[in-house]
Amino acid sequence: MLIGQVVGSVVASQKDERLEALKLLVVRVHDHENAPTEQYVVAADAVQAGPGDMVLFATGSSARQTELTEGKPCDAVIMAVVDSWDLGGRNVYEKWA
Amino acid sequence: MYLARVIGRVVATRRSAGLEGVALQWVQPLDELGAPTGRALVACATVSSGPGDLVHYVDGREGALACPRPFVPVDAAILGFVEEAERGGTRIGER
Repeated sequence: MLIGQVVGSVVASQKDERLEALKLLVVRVHDHENAPTEQYVVAADAVQAGPGDMVLFATGSSARQTELTEGKPCDAVIMAVVDSWDLGGRNVYEKWA
Repeated sequence: MYLARVIGRVVATRRSAGLEGVALQWVQPLDELGAPTGRALVACATVSSGPGDLVHYVDGREGALACPRPFVPVDAAILGFVEEAERGGTRIGER
């Protein structure tokens, strides 16, 4: 999984009908030091994430392993909202700081 | 499967169903010489690993199979500790 920040949402009226119930969010990937990268992904939201949230997302066929995305043409899913992380005891990100 | 070093821990309370109680840890993949290679990623820990440990992990859908409940959106999982790894007689890392 990678971590990224929700920076936007996607509205698409014409799409595969199996995607109709999915909320699609734009996620900007961050590295382990919480520096934003130039990589963005569009991911289905399985945990009611919101704008600005730091989230964990899974890609590939694993992304279909939620009730929401099972059997659907989806290859990235947000599966957790990150509260904090540390690297060897050093706090790098804190949601409530 | 790949060699990696555990470098950190992630706290995430709100998560997809089936992932309750699963530890999430940052891992830094290592190359054949034991040096960091590529980007660090977050993996589910199926063993009691922690920062500093040398581990092996699997990526892709197989990662989910290693979790307590296999139908989960997981694409990387730590499978176990590496006590020692060597390449051509040269030790490239130990726990």
